[in-house]
Amino acid sequence: MNIQKTVKGTALTISISGRIDTTTAPALEQELKSSLDGCTELTFDFAEVAYISSAGLRVLLSAQKTMNKQGSMKLKNANSSIMDIFEVTGFTEILTIE
Amino acid sequence: MSKMMKELTISATKENLYSVLALIDEQLELIGCPMKAQMQLDIAVEEIFVNIASYAYPDGNGTAVVRVEVQPDPPTAVITFIDSGTPYNPLAKTDPDITLTAAERQIGGLGIFMVKKSMDDVKYTYADGCNILTLKKGW
Repeated sequence: MNIQKTVKGTALTISISGRIDTTTAPALEQELKSSLDGCTELTFDFAEVAYISSAGLRVLLSAQKTMNKQGSMKLKNANSSIMDIFEVTGFTEILTIE
Repeated sequence: MSKMMKELTISATKENLYSVLALIDEQLELIGCPMKAQMQLDIAVEEIFVNIASYAYPDGNGTAVVRVEVQPDPPTAVITFIDSGTPYNPLAKTDPDITLTAAERQIGGLGIFMVKKSMDDVKYTYADGCNILTLKKGW
């Protein structure tokens, strides 16, 4: 998994490529922990995400909880297999997906 | 091509997840498993194996057997996990309420739920001191 961050004022875009799984999710969680201070607009770009397990979903839920308190969060460009996972787990209802 | 079977006995640690997935993917590719079904199987295998690695052996030392059987006609994969750790039926866990808002949702409990939803059949038995969990999926 690779993470690329783009900051514009208080808006942060996190572009992820590869797999978000048990092995890689802790690095994403750590990255978010150190990046969300003062962020009011968080965007995840999932164009290059090939796989997400429950370990990754937990990180997204935790980020959504944080952003509910300080601004907004959205997720874009998820492929159809990833979208199926969001649908099955009810994440389409709690995330803003573009 | 008839039924094919491969088995791996491996230390039940999270570090071995990719070795387990490599075995699964190799077998699935042999029979041309479509990408979506392969991802669903990989996710199910990750959830089950990581559960075993995290909870089966309280002292952290133990092994798991992962057996994968594939057949091309009808295209089906059957994956069996066997560990001799603490008796635990993951299927007995209550499903998370997926209609709650983000604030109300608990972090966790989603893994086994995803397994139940994406597989055709999931079975758990406890026999001869072993947890035996079997996943089945066709496509």
